[in-house]
Parts: sequence; structure tokens; C-alpha cells
Amino acid sequence: MHDLAPITALGGTEPRIDTVAGVTLTEKPGLALASIAARHGKEAACRKHLKALLGSVPEPGKAKLRDPEAGFWMGPDFWMIGAPFDSHEDLAAQLVKRFGTSASVTEQTDAWAAFDLQGDGMEAVMELCCNLDIRQMQTGDAQRTSIHHLGCYVIRRDPTDWVRILGPRSSAGSLHHALHTAMKAAL
Amino acid sequence: MIINHPLLGPRDSAEFVYMGDAALIDRPDPDTASPEDWHDYAYLRDNPAGEHRELWFHEGGDRSWLVVTRNTVTHEISKVELARDVARARGRST
Repeated sequence: MHDLAPITALGGTEPRIDTVAGVTLTEKPGLALASIAARHGKEAACRKHLKALLGSVPEPGKAKLRDPEAGFWMGPDFWMIGAPFDSHEDLAAQLVKRFGTSASVTEQTDAWAAFDLQGDGMEAVMELCCNLDIRQMQTGDAQRTSIHHLGCYVIRRDPTDWVRILGPRSSAGSLHHALHTAMKAAL
Repeated sequence: MIINHPLLGPRDSAEFVYMGDAALIDRPDPDTASPEDWHDYAYLRDNPAGEHRELWFHEGGDRSWLVVTRNTVTHEISKVELARDVARARGRST
């Protein structure tokens, strides 16, 4: 039996939490992810399964925030599904079963690092980090943008002083550095 | 310059990467094309002063490919379409 200790995206045993002037940046492990790409000619069937899973199909630039499974639009006929890792470790396998041949499912859990940025002043931090018009974004909006030259998804959550940022896990340290530096600069 | 993305609305051109003449969509049929067809497809481009159809890739966004109709003299953008819609309208990948 191996005796391996799990570590977070930033390499710690506990999620990293940084607070600057009332805005908190929290590393969020524990998120299972899988992407859904509708297959050519089977878009309608895929959307039907997606609606059954989430309650509605996220349209361009939108997320469906709910428990346990949530999802957001990534591109034409392309969505990301997220759920708690503890209860949905086999999320991709569950989705393959549900979507059948209507969609191609890709395991994404270990591809992404998630950070929650929350607090009064979050908008000022995001404005320094990326091209998004963060003040126009509302709860349930999800956009892809570049932060520190890294392709990231930014999802505005409820309450509205909260965004979740998904960035490439292999660059989690760089992304964290960029966000933390922007917090110190903007706040 | 602002590109009005058909799905996401107006976006700064810095989010996009220019990927060449939209004529690249019209790839010759591999079963029937002659070497001359491939030569023309690979190397020959028009260079109009005026309206030009171009491929732009939304690298800093949703990564869709767009066909942007742009006036190379004034930089005015008159039309933006999803490249896959353009390709399918021409009978590709249907």
C-alpha cells in the first residue's frame, strides 16, 4: 500500500488563503470537473441531457450555478460541468453514462486550479488582471479571458462580490502570484 | 479596434489572433485537386485595398474562429460571422 499525501494545486497540504484589505483569495481544491462537447449532428440530444442534468442549458457567456452539479458555457456546443469532488470523483464516468453517444466527455479535474476571490474591492482587482468588463458581469455570467497570459474562466457568483477563477493547474503558482500581486496593488 | 463577436458581443481586438485570409476555408478536395490547386491554396493570396474577408481566432476568449469582413483602408468592420457557419453554408462538415 502506498502512503501518499494529497497536496493542493499550490503544493500545500491545506488550501492557501490570502487576505488583503477585506478581499480574500482562497484556493479551492475539492472540485471535480468534466467537459461536454456535443457531437456533430447530435447537438439536440446533447442539449436535452444537459437540460435534464442542470435544469437549463447555459447559453453563451453564462453559467448555471446550482448543487451538486453546476455548469458553464465554454464555446459553441461545448460546456464544463463541475461538482464536489467528494461526492462526484467519477464525474466524467457519470456523464458518459448520461450523455451516451450525444457528446464527448473529457475528464478535466486535474487540469484546473480554482481560486475564489471575494470581498468589497474584488472588481478593482479583476480590472487590473484581465480584459473583462467585470462591472457589467452579473451573477451567473461566465467568461474566458487571459490573466497573466493564462487562459482562465471567470464566473461571477452569488453574492456578487464573489468570482471563481479557473486557471491551468500547471501554472497555479503563477496565477496565484498574479492575483495576489494585483490585490496588493489595487486595494 | 473592436470586433463584435456574434456570440459574446463587442471585444477588444487584443483578445484575437489574426489567422489569415478567409479563403483558407476553401481547401481543395484532396481526392480531385491538382498540385497547381494546392500551390494556389497554400501560397497565393489577394491583397485588396478595400473589403477583405479574414479569419480571426478568439484566443483570449471562447476560442471560436470568426470570419471578419474588414475594410483594409478604413479598418471598418462590416460583418462578423462564426467560421463554422460560413464553412457549413458552403457544404463543409455538414
